[in-house]
Amino acid sequence: MKNTLRQVFHSPKFLVGFIIFVAVLLLAILYPLFNPGNPLQQIGLGTFAPPGTYVSLYDAVGTETSTFRLDDADAKRLASVLSDEDRVSMVNWLTAVGVDVTGLDITDTDALLEIWNANYDQSIRPEGMTNAQRNSYISLNNRLQSLGASETLTVMQPDEEGEMEEVTDIESTDYVNVGDVTNVITLPLGTDNFGRDVLKELASAIGTSLMIGLVAGCIATFIGLVLGLLSGYVGGVLDDIVMFITNIFTVIPSFVLLILINYSIGQENRGAMVVALVIGLTSWTWTTRSVRSQVISLRNRDHVNLSKLSGHSLVRIVLTDILPYIASYVVMAFILQISSAILSEAQLSLLGLGPKTTEVPTLGLMMNWAMLYSAHLGGKWWAYFPVIGVIALISFSLNLMNTGLDQVFNPTLRD
Amino acid sequence: MKNDPTTTVNMSDHRIDVKSRPLCLSGKGVTKYFGFGKKITKAVDHVDFEFHEGELVSIVGESGSGKTTPSKMLLGLISVTDGDIYFQGQKRDISTRRKKREYWHGIQAIFQDPFSSFNTFNRIDTVLLDCINMRGGKHLSKEKKFEMMTEACSFVNLKFAELTNKYPFELSGGQMQRLMIARIFLLKPKILLADEPTSMIDACSRATILDMLLQLRNETGMTIIFITHDIGLAYHISDSIYIMEHGKFVESGSADEVILHPKAAYTRRLISDVPKIHEAWDLTTV
Repeated sequence: MKNTLRQVFHSPKFLVGFIIFVAVLLLAILYPLFNPGNPLQQIGLGTFAPPGTYVSLYDAVGTETSTFRLDDADAKRLASVLSDEDRVSMVNWLTAVGVDVTGLDITDTDALLEIWNANYDQSIRPEGMTNAQRNSYISLNNRLQSLGASETLTVMQPDEEGEMEEVTDIESTDYVNVGDVTNVITLPLGTDNFGRDVLKELASAIGTSLMIGLVAGCIATFIGLVLGLLSGYVGGVLDDIVMFITNIFTVIPSFVLLILINYSIGQENRGAMVVALVIGLTSWTWTTRSVRSQVISLRNRDHVNLSKLSGHSLVRIVLTDILPYIASYVVMAFILQISSAILSEAQLSLLGLGPKTTEVPTLGLMMNWAMLYSAHLGGKWWAYFPVIGVIALISFSLNLMNTGLDQVFNPTLRD
Repeated sequence: MKNDPTTTVNMSDHRIDVKSRPLCLSGKGVTKYFGFGKKITKAVDHVDFEFHEGELVSIVGESGSGKTTPSKMLLGLISVTDGDIYFQGQKRDISTRRKKREYWHGIQAIFQDPFSSFNTFNRIDTVLLDCINMRGGKHLSKEKKFEMMTEACSFVNLKFAELTNKYPFELSGGQMQRLMIARIFLLKPKILLADEPTSMIDACSRATILDMLLQLRNETGMTIIFITHDIGLAYHISDSIYIMEHGKFVESGSADEVILHPKAAYTRRLISDVPKIHEAWDLTTV
């Protein structure tokens, strides 16, 4: 036993898979400890806030400031308000009036503004330009000119009589230390469509999904093992009956069965564990078949005959002479069952047939929400990409562990 | 000694006259078919046999002649298609688990491959303890059980004290087969069915094991049914021999009768196939 474990952990494939799996598991276990609270609590009002650190503007105003004079601060400020669309339309105007713009890089704000300021004249109206377009250019130009001009913002607050009273002036050279601002929130993966912290949701979803996988895997492996052992060892009529039922379940695609059962249960009754149970109850067939065939090859071995001759009971023979010989295989089947149960849950939830959405997040539900709110169309990658990544990592690590185990237990597969 | 053609050895030194002894195991029209319809395989086809108490009887046949099937039928591991088997004068009844267990008190086996005969997850003392428990020694004290196991192991030249915490796969093939005999020593069945017990081990260990089997027979008076493909070996150790071809006994009788005056062509062929060191070996008949 000890020796086998050592061998297993010397298999590089198993080790890599194990490390990845443990890392994912630790995220699910440790993150809620550092960031407690309900993962489904809405913290933001808007949808899909991008990842990053958010500083309270209200608190920043009152925070003690330091003055920095940075050479490129103005240029950066200009560059950040000048959108790509504005830049393209500026170049369009310049070409329309015949200015040579070859070699101009529109991302180079300084060069663009220089050539624009030298050439723009609102009285010139290029041919074919509508009045509306002309006006938009005028307002764009005004915006550009005013940016450079104002150096100070004045913050006002109404006093008791309703008169506006100046609170403070903010110079363009004022900076606050993020550490001094009272309210700062870091969202490594932004927020989702309901304004919820995606990372917090993800950590909770990994836990739930792994639990679903574990419960479904246990159920499927247990049913498969018991039926396989009985039908394989006892044989005869029992074997025929078990194989008949197994074949029926094998022929009906289990995913269709899952959809139908989950639909008939109804949204309100589908908790995470109910879904796990349903997945477990529909995915035992392959375990049964393969355990049965292994047992059939084992039951005529001499050590089983010897055990029979020693007068051992059927239960004892199955438990001591058959089960240990297929234990490694069952462990591997169990790992694959976990992996496929997690994937099944994700598929079901994506179709809207997963666990109910009000209790706990699961990996599939997160993808379902991202899809419903068109995160993939709006480029909100943080709402779905980490989820896909985690599903892929879990599945990959479990399969890698399975391959590693396979190599340890079947030495012919070693390369 | 066997390789010296100038000395003739009386092979029947240890032979016993069995005809006067009572029957231990016999069969009438015993048949085993596998499959049905056109694919039917007649593994054992209406064979009769009579094994006497204390007899060492060999069933000889080449590979595929159906030697293992009758052994499994005799052990009650597979069902009999047709015919009756009589155990100690009475018709054998193994219809229930309890009756089977009782029957297995009377008949035990040694299998061909020692490496697959033991459960690799059980320690050696577990194997031997099972035997003591089966003989009704469950209530015995720990010391008494240890003593019995030590005695059984010393009978087969194994040191039990060194083996207690070992697993069967840590032993050599010959040691494992000796452990198997130690098991039989503890169980003391009426009949021992040895299914090619020496075919997987080297000649030196083979002699030891055969010697132990003969000694066991002489001490306990058990019937030994020895299944082998080696007709020379069978001649040296058996009291009587059954020759099996395609699921039928083509010839049977005392060892001297069958080997020295063979009647069936198949027997003559089997005898001619035995390699002889001091003669040219005619491979055309093989």
